[in-house]
Order: sequence, then structure tokens, then C-alpha cells
Amino acid sequence: MKAPTIKNDIFVMLIFSAVILSMPVWLEPLGASYPDLLQKFAIFGIFAVGYNILFGLTGYLSFGHAAFLGVGSYTAVWSFKLLTMNIFPAIIFSVLLSGLFALLIGFITLRRSGIYFSILTLAFAQMFYNLAYSVLTPITNGETGLQLARTDPRVIDRLFSEAGEGLPSTDFFGLAMSGYSGFYVCAVILIFAFFISQRIFHSPFGVKLRAIKSNQTRMKYTGYSTRPYLLTAFVISGMYAGLAGGLMAATDPLAGAERMQWTASGEVVLMTILGGVGTLIGPLLGVGIIKYFENIFSALNEQGLHQAYAFMPDWLANIMVPMTSPFVGEGWHLTLGSLFVLIVVFLPGGIMEGINMFKKLFSKKTSEPDFKPIKKKTTPETVK
Amino acid sequence: MSDKKNSEGWSRRDVMKAAGAFSAAGAMPMFFSRGAWAAESFRNDPGNSATVKLGFNVPQTGAYADEGADELRAFKLAVKHLNGEGDGGLMNTMKPLSLKGNGILGKKVTYVTGDTQTKSDAARASAKRMIEKDGVLMFSGGSSSGVAIAVQSLAQEMGVIFMAGLTHSNDTTGKDKRRYGFRHFFNAKMSGAALGPVLKKEMGTERAAYHLTADYTWGWTQEESIKETTEGLGWKTVKTVRTPVGAGDFSQYITPILNSGADTLILNHYGKDMINSLTQAIQFGLKDKNVNGKTFEIIVPLYSRLMAQGAGKNLRGILGTTNWNWALKDAGSQAFVKSFGSEYGFPPSQAAHTCYVQTLLYANACEMAGTFYPPEVIKQLEGFKFDGMGNGATEYRAEDHQCFKDVLVVRGNENPTSQFDLLEIVQEVPRAQVEYDAKIFGGELGPYKV
Repeated sequence: MKAPTIKNDIFVMLIFSAVILSMPVWLEPLGASYPDLLQKFAIFGIFAVGYNILFGLTGYLSFGHAAFLGVGSYTAVWSFKLLTMNIFPAIIFSVLLSGLFALLIGFITLRRSGIYFSILTLAFAQMFYNLAYSVLTPITNGETGLQLARTDPRVIDRLFSEAGEGLPSTDFFGLAMSGYSGFYVCAVILIFAFFISQRIFHSPFGVKLRAIKSNQTRMKYTGYSTRPYLLTAFVISGMYAGLAGGLMAATDPLAGAERMQWTASGEVVLMTILGGVGTLIGPLLGVGIIKYFENIFSALNEQGLHQAYAFMPDWLANIMVPMTSPFVGEGWHLTLGSLFVLIVVFLPGGIMEGINMFKKLFSKKTSEPDFKPIKKKTTPETVK
Repeated sequence: MSDKKNSEGWSRRDVMKAAGAFSAAGAMPMFFSRGAWAAESFRNDPGNSATVKLGFNVPQTGAYADEGADELRAFKLAVKHLNGEGDGGLMNTMKPLSLKGNGILGKKVTYVTGDTQTKSDAARASAKRMIEKDGVLMFSGGSSSGVAIAVQSLAQEMGVIFMAGLTHSNDTTGKDKRRYGFRHFFNAKMSGAALGPVLKKEMGTERAAYHLTADYTWGWTQEESIKETTEGLGWKTVKTVRTPVGAGDFSQYITPILNSGADTLILNHYGKDMINSLTQAIQFGLKDKNVNGKTFEIIVPLYSRLMAQGAGKNLRGILGTTNWNWALKDAGSQAFVKSFGSEYGFPPSQAAHTCYVQTLLYANACEMAGTFYPPEVIKQLEGFKFDGMGNGATEYRAEDHQCFKDVLVVRGNENPTSQFDLLEIVQEVPRAQVEYDAKIFGGELGPYKV
């Protein structure tokens, strides 16, 4: 294993920042360049990056991360209601509180590993969901979701100004959290979150987490107590989830219990696996694909398909529209499901594995200009 | 294994990416200013464009999907009629009418659709896509009050009018009302007021009621309103139990009723939830029971024909209310049933009716205002009185954006003559009986200009 150099890391960071910040430009042709979706990309990106610290590095498959997302959201909305519409305290509280919950849940669930750990986290998440849904209705407002009201106290804001006529909107020291400025705030936080994740991946701590993944028993025999490392990773990823939840509430000040449902936990697992478990960029690719499908594909109807096939001759378009329409609109799950199956079967390492394969092909070709059968090219890989 | 094996490969790609990114960074100030608009213009102003876009945000999955599908059919029909295609439907009977059948203000109407998934988050995401990406001037849809309230506050934030579809909670035009949200559908308070006298006549004044309630804003307010009515009649309330939306299996909630001493079950459920809970209640033999010397009765305060279709013969003889029914004999209702029927081959549901009417009302208000500028359109809708839309003389009350019109008390038909003839109209309760003071629920509409 070649140790990644600092210089290389900085280079990756620069590229990454540029790609993220220029998203409104390069997503335009894909029809995905509008503030709400861009914000979602960034926020779920944070969620997945954090999740990957636990799942990707230690191999512990948590099925309950949505609980932290929900805790973050509720905390943030309460901060908007009680303190101020500035997102800064809201985010801080979200991260801290979800970290606290992660410490508590992690302390209990990490006593088991493998499938038992997954089931325990799932149980906790379900518990949180049901609490939010029915038992804690005074705090969470149940199914309707926690919303802002004009008459909320907002103690800090009231110190400076009177309540306006309409509902106030969230801001980051004057920068509006809706629209493109909201996206850039989220994007900068994502870049920062990615940077921390990168440092963790390449730190001795990260190496220890990977050692847990490859053989926990052996690591224990060498004299390490693995539990504190696991717990730290769990809390860090819980805090990431809380940060994402807080940002979700910041861009759209509403927190609903469905955010904590097991499907939401499952979604981040799918994102990570789709993109590539344990890779830095992979989970972000997964986020992009799933959110794109959810928002763009789900909205395509026959009218839209006809427009999309406008370049084809009429007879062909008339065949293609009925053939493809079950896969768009309400059938977007079908498309996503098939894609997921294909990727898991043919690229178990996710999209990142596919990209690496391409890269290998490409670099091999440049060093050996003569055409060789593909089979031969992959031999070094299998030998290794 | 390391994922940084081919650093040569990286740099080649990266140089390209970096070049792209730097040019993007240069263009960035452009994007900051794109969302802003000057004081006199407004969000998604169609300007000189030849078309306008409306957004139809309905549940295509989940417990209310049947209603959503029917709403979407109605929206498509409304767009056709607005553009002067088809037989014109309610545009032939609506009074007063400013629409000309050439789109809205001469602009052809197009539409986009979205799936609310009956979840507030998903509904808001979908509505935001319509507003930010597709540039809709108005969006509509519904079937869950929780969703309606969530997107209605979004409408206010964004400054885009929301014409609520099927939403029955008192909160939609009560404590959560918004200047940019309008509701044609009736609400739980009106259901209670309409049901009261009929219940008194048919079931007397000494009953013990047991409520099963969908656990969200609609269920809560309906339970409250029906309880208020029945307790006013002298009924006792044995217990109220909240059930999660989309529970599927209600048997654990139904068994305790058998020994509770209640002789009436009030199901504050809707959509597939109501179909399931009612079917299970019948299977558990509730209707054949005799408690306190009275036959056990079930009441479903909010009915729809789609639910009646799902529940089949279990629904026979059960009382409830609806906003509208296709069997009404007035010219407006008949015109709508005719044009919906010839388009799709079956009669429309009340969800379809309210969504269709809402679309026309918005378009008509734009014509009256002579502009798409939302504050002006809102002022036209507020206090607008109209007739010929299937519910008799109707008024959009300015104080809370709630429509006031006659309410139907219906009963599951004992001898249906066709698969759609499922509800028998017991009484058309006049508007005066269901009216209430706008102030009782509190809440504020908020500013015209956002």
C-alpha cells in the first residue's frame, strides 16, 4: 500500500472543491441545476461521507443513522423557534446533540458486531421514529412535522428587532439559506466535512479503524482495545448525520418524523454501496445518483418523454415512450432498483470500482500502445 | 489495495476538471443574483412567454394514491378545458366566468406533475422542484392535510399560490392558514355540523362513541370536531385512540372496542387506511353486535366514492359526509360528470372535482385580475362568490380562504345499481348550517407581498 502524500491530498481537495462549487454549471445540461436539488446533493453528501467513516472504515453496518438525522433536524428547528433564525447556533446544537445520542446508542449497540449490531441500530432508529411520531408529539408535532410559527419566542432575534409581518426565513449571518446562496453555504460545509473525512481516512486512527474491519480479533490480540475506536467512529458519523439533519432544517425549516424512518437509514446504505464503500468519493457519487433519480426521474411523465425523444423519428418515439414510461415517473424505484442490482452484481465495489477499472484500462493503454486482449490486461490484478 | 495507484491517470483528468471548475468559478456571481427579483416583478413571471406552467403535486404512492391518481386526471382535464379543447366542462356552467377558452390571459397552459408520497418532506421537495426548476405560477394537489399544510407554508415563503386539493383538516384554513393558500374543499368542522342533526335523528341522543383516529393534523381536528358535535347531542366519548397513517393492519386497535362498552365506532380514517380499518371492523363482527340495547353503528365522517369502491359492501348503511358526489343533479355537476366520464370512462371522485374546480378558479382569478401578479390574483379570489360549480352558491371567505357551500350527508348504498352508485345522498345540508366564525381557530394569513 502506497501511503498517500499530503501533496496528493491537497490536490484532491482542490479538485473536489472546484467540482462541488461549480455544480450549478455542470448540472445545468442534466436538468438538475436548481437550488433545492443542489442543496440536497450537498446535504446528503455530508450524511453519506459521515456514514462512510463508520461503514466504510470499520465495516460496521448501521441501519439507524436516520435517527441522528432526525435529531439534528428537530434540534435545529427548535433553535429557530426559541433562539434565532441564524443557522449557526442551530447547526452547533444539532451536531452536539446528535453526537450525544450517538454516544449513548453506540455505547450499547457496539457491544455486538455484524448482523446483531445492524439489528440493534435498526431497533433504536425505529424506536426514535415511533417516539417522534406519536409519544413525543409535543416536541415533534407528530406526522404533521415541526414547523415555525410567527409567534415563536426567538429570544436572540427579539433582542435586535421586532417580529416581522410574515414568517422569518433562515440565514447564515445575513446570507439567505434559500436559493443558490443556501447551496453555497451547504457546499462549503460539505467541503469542510470532506476534508475532515479525508484526514481521518489517512490518519493512524483511520488505519486502526481499517484494521478492525479486516480482522478485529487479531487486532485485539496485538493489545488494542477496539471498542473506544469504534465508539469514536460511531460518534463522529453520528455527528455528521446530525450536521446533515441540521442543514436540512436550515434550508427548509420543517422537521418531520419520516426523516427518521428506516427507509431513510436504508437510503444512506444504498448510497454508500452504490458509490463504493470505503472510498472517499464513492458515497458522494451514490448520493448524486439516488437524489437525481428521486427528483428528476420521478417527475418525468409521458409528455416529458415525448420531448426527450423529440430527436427520433415519430414512429420510433411512439414505440419508445410506452416502453420506457414504466421506468420513469412513479416507476423510478424500478429503474433505481435495476441499476442497484446491476452494480452490486457486476461491480461489487460500487461505481468507484468501475471508475478504477476504466482508469487502469486507460493508463495501461498509454504505456502499452499495442492492443492486447482485455483478459490479459486484468491478469496482474487477479494475481495481486 | 490503494485507491491512489495511478497518479498519472489522475493528473490528466484533474487538469481538465480544474480548467472547467475555474471557468465556472468565474461565472459564479451570475448565479448568486439569479434568484433575486425586483420589487414590482414576481417569482416565475411568464413575461412574454406564450405558455404558462402549473404544477400538480399529488400522492402517486402511499395510502392516498387512489385519490392522487384521480386528482391528476381532473387536473389534466382542467388544463384541456382551459386551453379550449374538449367540451369545456364546467366552463359552460360557471358564473361569473371570465375565462375565454384560450388558456390563461391568452397564454397556453402547460403543466408538470410530481409525487408527494404523502410525506411532508417529499412533497416540499417536489413543490420546490416545480417552483425553482420548472417555474410554475401556481401549484395544486393534496390528499393529506399534513402535506397540504407543509406545502402551503412553502407557498407563502416562495410567493407562489397554492390551490389546495383534497385536505379536510380544520388547520389548513384555521391555525395554519396562509395568504398564498386557498381551499375549496370542506373541513372537519363542517362535517361535524352537517352530521349532527342526522345522527340525532337516526341514532338518538344516548350513545357511547369510540374513536379511531389517523394520527396527524387531519385526524386530530376531525376527532375534535366530531366529538364536539356528538357530545353536544348528549353522546358519551368512551375513548379516542390514535393510529399511525398507513398502518395496514388495524386489528390490534379494533379488538379492544369489543369490550369497551361503546356502541358506536367513529373512524377518523381516510383512503386505504379507512378501507382497511372498516373492513376489519366488519370482519370482527362489530356491526352485528348489540351493546347497551342498541345495534352497534359505525360512522365514517369523511367519505369518498373511491374509498367506497375499495371497501365494497362493507360500507353499506354507514353514514358520513362528502364535499361532492357525482350523482348530484345540478347542471354543474352533470356537466363535469359528463366531460370527465367521456374522457376517462367512469365518474369523477370528490377529490377530482375539487382539484378541477380549484384550477379553474385560479385561472379565472388571473383573468379577472388581468395579471399573474400573485397579490392581485389573491385579492380577486378573496371573497369571490360563484355558482354553477356543483355545490350551489359558493363563497371564498376572505378571512381564512375557506370556501363555504352546501355539504352532503351520505350513506353507503344498500342496493347499488352500478359499481359507481355506492353512496346515497341522505341530505344536502345548506351552507348556513355549516358556517362558523373565522376567528375560532386563530392563525394569521400573513402578508400579500413576500
